[in-house]
Amino acid sequence: MDWSASLRLVAPEELLSIAGLVLLLVAAWSGDKASRTISWLSVATLAGAAILVAPALCSGAMGADTEAFYGQYRGDAFASFAKLLIYAAAGAALIVAPAFFERARAMRAEYPVLILFAALGMGLMVSAGDFLTLYIGLELNSLAAYVLASFLRTDDRSAEAGLKYFVLGALASGILLFGISLIYGFTGGTSFAGVRAALDTGLTGTGLATGALFGITFVLAGLAFKISAVPFHMWTPDVYEGAPTPVTTFFATAPKVAALALTMRVALDAFGTQASAWQQIVIFAALASIVVGALGAIGQQNIKRLLAYSSINNVGFMLIGLAAATPQGASAMLVYLAIYVAMSVGGFVAVLMLRDAEGNPVEAIADLAGLSRHRKVLAACLAMVMFSLAGIPPLFGFWGKFVVFQAAVQADLVPLAAIGIAASVIGAFYYIKIVKIMYFDEPANIVTGRSDWMHQGLLALSAVIISPLGYLLTVWLGGYANAAAAALFHVA
Amino acid sequence: MTGLPILSLMLLVPLAAAFACLMAEAKVARRIALGATLADFALAILLWASYDIGGAQWQFTERVPLFAGFAYALGIDGIALLLIVLTTFLMPICIGASWKSIDKRVGEFMAAFLVMEVLMLGVFAAQDMFLFYIFFEAGLIPMYLIIGIWGGAERIYASYKFFLYTLLGSVLMLIAMLWMVNEAGSTDIPVLMAYDFDPQAQTWLWLAFFASFAVKMPMWPVHTWLPDAHVQAPTAGSVILAGVLLKMGGYGFIRFSLPMFPDASAQLAWVIFALSMVAVVYTSLVALVQHDMKKLIAYSSVAHMAIVTAGLFAFNPQGIEGAMIVMLSHGLVSGALFLSVGVIYDRLHTREIDRYGGLSINMPAYALFFMLFTMASVGLPGTSGFVGEFLALVGIYQVSSWVTLICATGIILGAAYMLYLYRRVAFGVQKNADAAAMPDLDAREWAMMVPIAAAVLWMGVYPESFLAPMRADIAALDARLARAKLPGDAMIKFGTPKPPEHAAAAPAGAH
Repeated sequence: MDWSASLRLVAPEELLSIAGLVLLLVAAWSGDKASRTISWLSVATLAGAAILVAPALCSGAMGADTEAFYGQYRGDAFASFAKLLIYAAAGAALIVAPAFFERARAMRAEYPVLILFAALGMGLMVSAGDFLTLYIGLELNSLAAYVLASFLRTDDRSAEAGLKYFVLGALASGILLFGISLIYGFTGGTSFAGVRAALDTGLTGTGLATGALFGITFVLAGLAFKISAVPFHMWTPDVYEGAPTPVTTFFATAPKVAALALTMRVALDAFGTQASAWQQIVIFAALASIVVGALGAIGQQNIKRLLAYSSINNVGFMLIGLAAATPQGASAMLVYLAIYVAMSVGGFVAVLMLRDAEGNPVEAIADLAGLSRHRKVLAACLAMVMFSLAGIPPLFGFWGKFVVFQAAVQADLVPLAAIGIAASVIGAFYYIKIVKIMYFDEPANIVTGRSDWMHQGLLALSAVIISPLGYLLTVWLGGYANAAAAALFHVA
Repeated sequence: MTGLPILSLMLLVPLAAAFACLMAEAKVARRIALGATLADFALAILLWASYDIGGAQWQFTERVPLFAGFAYALGIDGIALLLIVLTTFLMPICIGASWKSIDKRVGEFMAAFLVMEVLMLGVFAAQDMFLFYIFFEAGLIPMYLIIGIWGGAERIYASYKFFLYTLLGSVLMLIAMLWMVNEAGSTDIPVLMAYDFDPQAQTWLWLAFFASFAVKMPMWPVHTWLPDAHVQAPTAGSVILAGVLLKMGGYGFIRFSLPMFPDASAQLAWVIFALSMVAVVYTSLVALVQHDMKKLIAYSSVAHMAIVTAGLFAFNPQGIEGAMIVMLSHGLVSGALFLSVGVIYDRLHTREIDRYGGLSINMPAYALFFMLFTMASVGLPGTSGFVGEFLALVGIYQVSSWVTLICATGIILGAAYMLYLYRRVAFGVQKNADAAAMPDLDAREWAMMVPIAAAVLWMGVYPESFLAPMRADIAALDARLARAKLPGDAMIKFGTPKPPEHAAAAPAGAH
């Protein structure tokens, strides 16, 4: 593997870092008035990076040809699938931002640049072939994310969100690093391929060392923080509520995709030979996330907090696919992730469009009362998002649940599937409560402000995807997810 | 058959009309909805007319591999055909029932109803198990909105209860379906109907499907959502709930539980019998003491549905045919009874039985129709109710005399609560001045009542029209169940019927 081939493989990351640096200079010289231009340039950069990663997915790239820098980086179909989702979500977060921040007079040119760097870090995370690449990518993403969380500097809640995110994120990184060092100590390597071979008890002839088991546990705990799975979920509602809504849109989508893809890569590749060791951890986290995510949401008064619990709930369903530890499970998770991104973008964009007569954002759920009378389309879209998140057919959210439960049943995890799906009914309660408030209650006439056309366009796009028309995508989406999962399970 | 994809067309017409209704204003929306449902009914008549009795088991099949993991596959047999005809028959009447009583958000109401029609037809026409599930579950959304937006005072509680109850019932069915597809390697309902699952697994699968269909049906003790939902829903919503949605449970038993898990069905038939017996007696007694007309009819639905479930699990053609006819008849009769309640509710805005009385004096035409439907509900010979209940009880008798005895008390109790209701509403003195001043049926209400009355009498006098299309399918189901047949305690010895003299070539199996 020569350097030029390696450099070709990391082309998307090169494009993002160079563009990010150049735009940072532009931002420094031309100030905040150029922020709209920089936003659009950043969207163009993400589109360019997406074009660069797409071929790997279309050709189902896997194996040695996709490894750069001696296996530290992998540009395979799996990474490509995750990156496309990440870039799409980051693009959405860029598009919705100007209208929001300009009203608060807080639009700064750094915002798009930070999103670009976060996307770069997430790209490294999903492409990692080594624990050190993983860590670098994770931190690059997290540092950008901490700043983004406290982007509204004058708002106490935003500052608090940033601080909370930082402290807990640092703790998670510490736990993760501790796990990595244990793994290094007991396997003698940090590359996923090396760890995989060293943990293969069939190959080494000895049982799994207790230290290595601890290592696996700590690594997974660290990653559970990042994907906000129970019992490491406590930061999520506070951060989602406090962060500015465009940033919350971003947090709920792109970093989730990156962290889940990373978890899949670590669990199925690096720890792939020890599936029985981590399966029970994942099963517990999955069920606990579903139940806590559902119960926690019931009492919420703020729609952003509610969506935070909903994201915890959804992570639980995705982990059911991981618990299957099969290519079908991985493929199902990727399908779910894609649908989840569409639902979350739709949900948060709808929240962004809730404004009162003066244009101030409305976040209290009670203020949505009777929304369907004066904002018909907005209420219909939000209702669709809610039914879709609840997994009621014929909306597309059902398909995500369908494929993960199918994978679990195929992997002989019928009790897990049965408990998981029964618990999903608890979640349905608070989703239909939102629909009830919007449709059944007498109008409160609070949400009367006009919304930005870009928000409307993005909401319309996600509404079309999560509508029954989305099922026409299943063949196409399933095919790419299968290719990506095959690349993940490919052992050189 | 014809090259026309008639089933898809039947789904498309109301769907397109639903979008049109959303855009249109109240007056136009009503017309669009009526036009679309009438067009769909015409298509259903065409479907019935061109259905080849004694032809292929599955007709009008369509199959397009549109999706990953399942296919867009439609097709019907005689059982599905009749339920589709019932659905399309009731829909225009429902639209008529909401013509005046729904005056807010008319476009949305009509759209929700038309979407509901698409989903109900989809349930009966789906030939792919996951497609069936999608249609089956999706019905929750429009019904939730119909109850919640246009319902009565307690509508919010009723809509939550309806939604969560039925959702909880059916999610386990999805897991069972996933397991079955994984095992049998096909999502095709006809293939699965012939697939022999391991008897031990059948028990679990049967229970998972039972959870869903028992709630939908509804069987005692999971029937409690029904009185709430029926009472709070607007008239048209109650008609569709009683007329069609409940039939989905029975249809599910016929389509899934019985043919796919015959061994488990035989093994667990006692559960069905026990619950049915309790339901017949208990809910009939509860119906006797109701003060709310809609609640009374709702409880009577539970009692009638119990006869359906008992008939289905009798494992013989009479029982299953009887159950089907009870379902069709109940679809018409309970729908008509809810309409009758709706007619006087629109005038006085109360469902309290005591607020009426002596209506036969000032509303003679209304009292006549109400009388006919009351009698049909009781099961008077000559009406549709008699045919179904008689056949079902004959079928059950072959299995167990005790179950028959107790289920037959339902007919007596049914007569008691229905006649008591009729006496309090239509006869006696006109004790309330405002009730006495109510005008008789207008043209719109006549137009709603006459078709149902005609259908009730037709089914009662000449049930062969309805039995003929499904006879072959029920015989096939009976053959499938033959290996698990219950012995029966009556030890009936069947004689050989004398062949009719004029027709030497009588078709085998005719009765």
